[in-house]
Amino acid sequence: MLSNRVFAGFLLLSTSALAQAPQGDRAELRALQAAVTAAQSAGDNAWMLISAALVLMMTGPGLALFYCGLVRKKNVLGTMMQSFAMMAWITLLWAVCGYSLVFATGNPVLGDLRYLFLRGVGAAPNAIYAPTIPHQTFMVYQLMFAIITPALIAGAFAERVRFGAMLLFSTLWAFLVYFPVAHMVWGDGGFLNAFLGGKYPVFDFAGGTVVHITSGFSALVFALYIGKRAGYPHEKMAPHNLVLSFIGACMLWVGWFGFNAGSALAASPLATSAFVATHFAAAAGAVAWMAAERIRNGKASALGAISGAVAGLATVTQGAGFVQPFSAILIGLIAGSLCYLMVSVVKERFRYDDSLDVFGVHGVGGFVGCLLTGVFATRAVNSALKLANGQPAALGWIDGNPAQVLNQLIGSGIGIALAVVGTLVALKITSLVTPLRMSDSEEANGMDLSLHGEEGYNFEG
Amino acid sequence: MIKIEAIIQTSKLDSAREALKNIGIDGLTVSEVRGHGRQKGHKEVYRGREYQVDLLPKLKLEMVTPSARKDEVVRTLVEAVRTGAIGDGKIFVSEVEEAIRIRDDTRGEAAL
Repeated sequence: MLSNRVFAGFLLLSTSALAQAPQGDRAELRALQAAVTAAQSAGDNAWMLISAALVLMMTGPGLALFYCGLVRKKNVLGTMMQSFAMMAWITLLWAVCGYSLVFATGNPVLGDLRYLFLRGVGAAPNAIYAPTIPHQTFMVYQLMFAIITPALIAGAFAERVRFGAMLLFSTLWAFLVYFPVAHMVWGDGGFLNAFLGGKYPVFDFAGGTVVHITSGFSALVFALYIGKRAGYPHEKMAPHNLVLSFIGACMLWVGWFGFNAGSALAASPLATSAFVATHFAAAAGAVAWMAAERIRNGKASALGAISGAVAGLATVTQGAGFVQPFSAILIGLIAGSLCYLMVSVVKERFRYDDSLDVFGVHGVGGFVGCLLTGVFATRAVNSALKLANGQPAALGWIDGNPAQVLNQLIGSGIGIALAVVGTLVALKITSLVTPLRMSDSEEANGMDLSLHGEEGYNFEG
Repeated sequence: MIKIEAIIQTSKLDSAREALKNIGIDGLTVSEVRGHGRQKGHKEVYRGREYQVDLLPKLKLEMVTPSARKDEVVRTLVEAVRTGAIGDGKIFVSEVEEAIRIRDDTRGEAAL
C-alpha cells in the first residue's frame, strides 16, 4: 500500500510538474518517471515469472505425482505421461493460435487471430490485461493454466485410455471448451467478463470456472462415456504409492500460490490477499475432510488430508482475489466436507468410475466456489470494479449485491453446458479417428508396457 | 541335512537372527512373502472405498542345518518369534538330499 502511494505520489508530482517545468527540468522528470515505471515493472515481472513457473510446477511434477500415486503400479508412467504430454503439446497449440483465441479482442465467445503465431506479443505490456509486465510474461503465465486444465481431466479416465486418443481429445477439447470459456471469462469483451464489458459479469479470479468447472464436468462426461475400468468396482484398485501422491499434493498447494496470487497480475496487495485466502482455504479443506473421515470411518487418513487440501484450493480459486480471510476459511470448510461426501458417498451410490475423483473434487468444488464467490466477494478486498462516480462497486451478497449469485450461476451454467457439449463432440470425433480405449489385454498389462513400452519400477539388476 | 522354513511376523526378523546367531547358525535366506493362515486380514479405506486385504506380508526364513540340530534350532526359533497371537506363522522341516558350495564344489554338511 505504502509503496503504491509513494509511486502514485511520484506520478502525480511528475505529471503535474511536467506541465509548468522549464525544458531542462522536464527532461529530468521524464527520466524519473521512466525509472519509476521500470522499477514497478521489474517487481511485477519478477513475481509473474515466478508465478508462471509455480503454475507449471503444479502440472509437472505436482499433478503428475498426485495422480500417479493413486493408480496401480502398472500405470504409473502412463499416468505421469498424460500430465507431461500436456506440458509439451498444449504449449505448441498456445503458441500457434491458442493465446490469440483466448486473449485477442474478438467476439464475446472467442478472440480473433491478431496474435496468431504470437505476432506482436513481445516486451511491450498489453495495457488491457496487465499494464506493468511484458505482454510475453502475461502470455506465458496464462499458458500454464491452459496446460493444467486438460491434465486434470485425465484423472477421470485413468488407467484405460490410449495415449494418441488422449492427445487428440485434449487438442479438440482445448478448442471446443477451454479457449471459448477462458475468452468469455477473461478475454477482452468476453461474454462473462465482469471487468471488460461482459454481458453477464462473472467474478472468476483465478479460474474456478475456466479451469475447475470445465475440467470437472468434462471429466464426469468422459468417465461415463468410456465406462469403468475392467474389474471396477469389485477388484482391489488401491493407490499404489500414496507417498508420491502426498509429495504431489504439497507441490500443488505451493504451486497454487502462483495460480491464485499470481492472478493479481502484479506484486500487489491484492496478490497478498489472494495468497492468504488460498492458503487458508487449503488448510480448512484439509481439516474438514479429516474430520469427516474421522466421524464416518474412525480414522483420519493421509489421502483424506491431501484430498481435502486440494478440494479447498480448487474451491477458493474463483474467489481468491475477492474474499476476506475468514470467508476463505468458510469456503475451505464447505469444500472439504462437501467434496468428501461427493467422493465417498455419492460416487459409491451411483457407481460411476471417475477414477481419481476429478468431478467430485474439481467439478463440485469449482461449482460451489463459483456460487460462494457471489456471496463473499467484497470491495474491501478488490476495488477494481468501479461505479460511474469512480467509487468501488459492490461485489457480492455481503456487499449488498445478492444478484451477483445469479450472475455466478449463469456463468457456471454456461461453463458446464459448454464443457458437457464440447466434451461429447470431442469424444465423438476422437473415436471416429482412433479407438479411445485400450484393448482388454492392453489394459490388463498396464499403460506403461502397452502404451509406452517401459516400466516405472525396475528394481532388479 | 534338513531344511527349516519358518514363516514369521515381519517385526520378528531381528530377534530371530539374533537367537540363531547365538546358537551358531550363520547361513540364512530371507524373503518377503504374502499369505494367510487362520489369521483374518485387515480393512483399508481410500476415499471412502473399502478394501479387504487378506494376503498379509510375512517373512520366510530358510536355513539348512545338520539333521542332529533340528530340535535345538526349531526350539530357538519358536522362542524368538512367538508373540502368542494368531498370525505368528509356521515352521516346516524337510529332508535335504545334497548341499554344494558353488565356490569350491564342497559337498554335504561341510558345504553348509
